[in-house]
Amino acid sequence: MSSYSITEPSVRQKWIAGILVVGYAILTLIPLIWIIATGFKTPSDAIAYPPKVLFSPSLEGYVNLFTSRTRLAPEDLAALGEPTTWYDRIVRGYDMVITGPSRYGERFMNSVVIGFGSTFLSVFLGTIAAYAFSRFKVPLKDDLLFFILSTRMMPPIAVAIPIFLMYRELGLNDTQLGMILLYTAVNLSLSVWLLKGFIDEIPVEYEEAALIDGYTRFQAFYKVVLPQAATGIASTAIFCLIFAWNEYAFAALLTSGTAQTAPPFIPTIIGAGGKDWPAVAAGATLFLVPIMVFTILLRKHLLRGITFGAVRK
Amino acid sequence: MAEVRLQNVTKTFGATVALSDLSMTVPDGSFVVLLGPTGAGKTTMLRMVSGLDRPNRGEVFIGGQSVQTLTPAQRNVAMVFQQYSLYPHLTVRENMEFPLKSPLLRTPRAEITRKVAEVAEILQISHKLDNKATALSGGEMQRVSIGRALVRNPSVYLMDEPLSSLDAKLRADLRVELKNIQANLGATFLYVTHDQIEAMTMATHVGVLDQGRLVQFGTPREIYEQPVSIYAAGRLGQPHINILPADLFGPAPAGAAKIGLRPEQIEQGAGHDSLVKRVERLGDQTRLHLSFRNHDITTVTDAHTALRSGDIVKIQPHRPFYFDATGARIV
Repeated sequence: MSSYSITEPSVRQKWIAGILVVGYAILTLIPLIWIIATGFKTPSDAIAYPPKVLFSPSLEGYVNLFTSRTRLAPEDLAALGEPTTWYDRIVRGYDMVITGPSRYGERFMNSVVIGFGSTFLSVFLGTIAAYAFSRFKVPLKDDLLFFILSTRMMPPIAVAIPIFLMYRELGLNDTQLGMILLYTAVNLSLSVWLLKGFIDEIPVEYEEAALIDGYTRFQAFYKVVLPQAATGIASTAIFCLIFAWNEYAFAALLTSGTAQTAPPFIPTIIGAGGKDWPAVAAGATLFLVPIMVFTILLRKHLLRGITFGAVRK
Repeated sequence: MAEVRLQNVTKTFGATVALSDLSMTVPDGSFVVLLGPTGAGKTTMLRMVSGLDRPNRGEVFIGGQSVQTLTPAQRNVAMVFQQYSLYPHLTVRENMEFPLKSPLLRTPRAEITRKVAEVAEILQISHKLDNKATALSGGEMQRVSIGRALVRNPSVYLMDEPLSSLDAKLRADLRVELKNIQANLGATFLYVTHDQIEAMTMATHVGVLDQGRLVQFGTPREIYEQPVSIYAAGRLGQPHINILPADLFGPAPAGAAKIGLRPEQIEQGAGHDSLVKRVERLGDQTRLHLSFRNHDITTVTDAHTALRSGDIVKIQPHRPFYFDATGARIV
């Protein structure tokens, strides 16, 4: 007879679990690895069939991503003399010269401003709204909460045309402010509901103690509720940012010039010949970085359960 | 420090009446203990004074001023919550500094450090000051929660069973300390407890609450020796007062329905025979569980008594209480 513990899995179970986890990780990582790898291929390697798993890395994709180039006649090229930099040399291999930076930098910055701006607004408004719904007697509270939730019951793109017309009238078309307001409006319902759940979990006794200790309600909210809601605020912020960062349809519809974000811009990099996949992949790879950094920075808040234990139930 | 006065205060929560037209004065510098079972309105009363809840009717005065329109912060009260309510994201030290750093007090840094160290010493938590508030035992949390109140010098200290989670030794120590603080500072205390020793040793006044009404208010001795009703008599006394039919030991005054006998009101060695059912030796005293004419009586006898179960002991009432059919005391 052998004894079994219900908490400690057997070696075999651990192996099966390990294989499943590793298998799933590989499955989800393959597209990511493929994109990152493609960014370092030459255009011909990128579209080679069968696909090249082993290839000699090139920075061509990144050079093409950040520059605009033009083709010159051989005699004009010869007149320019030898290329002076490594990126000139890469471009010169295709009988081209760099004429200036591409628009990727601007589009990327638009994404940063719009993504983080709308995330900040969604979380800020969501937190104070959720606090009010959680703590105060709001007239028609349940109806209001349902109304807020109901804005998520249809795909946002269903109202694309009205929003487009409205934005044109208001002069919000192709502006960073317009996109921030739009993404905030879409994210707000998620943010209110998520945060209300987190704030409901924080016992009201803490605020009462702070009120007695000489603080106003706002100070109690700021000094006692907010630090304990940090976990909820962090995870809500990540959800909001991921949506705003990746959003494509509205961005493609409402922005074209000054306020265009990276998602609608990246596919246009592919170029007239339709073969510059490494530049597209490089653009997509760099686009992943901020959200990964943001998630890693907030990770400790996601993992921390801080409200346990100091109130006797 | 200030006098606290509640005037005709009524508070309802939905259909539940927590306080019913209650008037009571906590004199300046007094230590008032509130007694009553769960639901009698003790905690509600503290919350009325603190401003966390507001009365439906009636008024609360602190230092002679109506505080109806004041926030809890403006009332300058300190409160020890039954649930501790320590700030879980702060250390013990930060918890105790929290009220001193408030915009209300704005205490200088040196003063904060001195005050926190002093109170931590009294509460025997100096070695825990840098712990997270969540990394404490229940008794330690309770002491930090008391400490958070004691660092201040408020108009009144409100305490809701502040010693309930402590072990007997610590409870005895802190009882003395709290009483010292009250006596030395001349502080006003409004204090909820179920513990008879706390009520008897600390209180200058005791208020007995019954379903949101104040049924008796007086010194602990008055409440103990001159209870107005069976209910009030039952709040104090270890062992519990014996309530028996009025004529059990012979003729009773007119209108009396019940006789009330505390252990010291039962004279042993004279009167009627009763049967010893059980002898409980508690160390400093010995309790006798007696059977007398089919009624159970609990009393106290000499710690080293030779009595054993099955023995016969003679008892008779000595200056007993008599109550009428409604429970009100008549003699």
